[in-house]
Amino acid sequence: MVLQVKLPGLDLANPIMPASGCFGFGAEYDKYYDISQLGAVMIKATTPEARFGNPTPRVAETPSGMLNAIGLQNPGLDAVLGQILPDLAAKHPALPIIANVAGSTVEDYVLVCKEISQAPNVKAIELNVSCPNVKHGGIAFGTDPATAGALTEAVKEVSQVPIYVKLSPNVTDIVPIARAIEAGGADGFTMINTLLGMRIDLKTRKPILANQTGGLSGPAIKPVAIRLIRQVAQVSRLPIIGMGGVMTVDDVLEMFLAGAQAVAVGTANFTDPYICPKLIDALPLRMAELGISSLEQLIKDVREELDQ
Amino acid sequence: MTLKGELVSQMTTPGQFLHLRVPQQAFLLRRPISINHVDLAKKECRIIYRVEGEGTEIFSHLTTGDLLDVMGPLGNGFQFHHLTPGETAFVVGGGIGVPPLYELSKQLRQRQINVIHFLGFASKDVMYYEAEFKALGDTRIATDDGSYGVKGNVGNVLMAAAQTPAAVFACGNNGLLKTVAQLYEALDDVQLSMEARMACGMGACYACVCHTKEDETGVKSVKVCDEGPVFQARKVVI
Repeated sequence: MVLQVKLPGLDLANPIMPASGCFGFGAEYDKYYDISQLGAVMIKATTPEARFGNPTPRVAETPSGMLNAIGLQNPGLDAVLGQILPDLAAKHPALPIIANVAGSTVEDYVLVCKEISQAPNVKAIELNVSCPNVKHGGIAFGTDPATAGALTEAVKEVSQVPIYVKLSPNVTDIVPIARAIEAGGADGFTMINTLLGMRIDLKTRKPILANQTGGLSGPAIKPVAIRLIRQVAQVSRLPIIGMGGVMTVDDVLEMFLAGAQAVAVGTANFTDPYICPKLIDALPLRMAELGISSLEQLIKDVREELDQ
Repeated sequence: MTLKGELVSQMTTPGQFLHLRVPQQAFLLRRPISINHVDLAKKECRIIYRVEGEGTEIFSHLTTGDLLDVMGPLGNGFQFHHLTPGETAFVVGGGIGVPPLYELSKQLRQRQINVIHFLGFASKDVMYYEAEFKALGDTRIATDDGSYGVKGNVGNVLMAAAQTPAAVFACGNNGLLKTVAQLYEALDDVQLSMEARMACGMGACYACVCHTKEDETGVKSVKVCDEGPVFQARKVVI
């Protein structure tokens, strides 16, 4: 059973990787299992300067999902480059890292992409133009085709590694945005980011999250992710790393059938810290049951169907 | 609820917590709940929780023999090995913050530390564990409505205490923790157990952060789950 997949910059032993924001900077989960068995790790968003993020409470549960409004808390570019990435490289030399890059301005994105792409273990960048939880930047860059395209072009000029742009589901039509990003020179897409949501406390009559709104994730959004991945795969041949509510191997394979070429697991890490290795272990059996001999073949088959 | 399993052997520090998965698929977030009592020999521990929402409601319908997915013990508990026999510790709790203090008090007594308990509840109806705490030491109670003990919050009983303890251990809502921090500002050892909405419970998601007093930049934080839940009062902004 062949689990390898090959995407720009990413030669992965298996297609499973934890999604950004749901896995810290990797070391947290390393206490639970050897993270070098993962296909890759998408580390938490990095901005030029350290950020505290939003006030608490930052999370709330929803049916088959959760809301979060962390607000891109991170120790800043210098700490990620100087400490976190070298530590990961020393401990897991062969583990591909996908660095999620965020900012408030084009200059922020350009600066972080330029610097972080020089780290030896960063094999690709996930351009975060879809965070719904920050006042400046984030989603503002991912909802307008011209802005998204121009930002992609700007970071492509400075990055040493392929750029995957993380698409937001909070748009009326994802197709023109994906097209503009492709025209801007992107190497791939990661999708989807969270859906903007809100919960209100019946006793206080106020939103549960201090930020009022937050991003909805978990199985509740999986059908939305599947639909959007399919929509983008129909108009672009760029590789897609699919994410949005993946909990089981069937979810992983459904992402492939929608048009993804690798799969990220987010919220499920909180429910079960061992979910990623469990999915990697369970994938071969389920593939055999479904008559899938290799994921590369599955990707080809799906592409052929999409092209018809 | 009493839990039995191999994990219990690791539950040696009072103040740590368990992260319990709700045994229904639609519930994704685990529930962080403190450990109330540990019996290492029997491999059993007890948790006391209040039915607050759907998750705890589901817990309340579990029956003997049901299996639960438990992570833990997580976080850092109360530190008391520096205290010497004969010294006095104040143990302060309010409402659903009371349970972990029982295991703490038990262990303090095992080390011959004198304990004085200051416990606050909304009313006599929802008061619990008075007898258990009394068995370990002096126990003073406040109720918000005055239906038992002193009327008012636990701060009122604390203020009436003439003695200066060697250490204060507290668990409760932020109001209670603030009161304790203010009353014992001059004391070097005031340990507060904080409550927070969590997701991962292990330091990865940054849901449960709080500011620290020493950080003037305002961008640094500590995480309640893996750096707490117990902090020195001088360290954290409540």
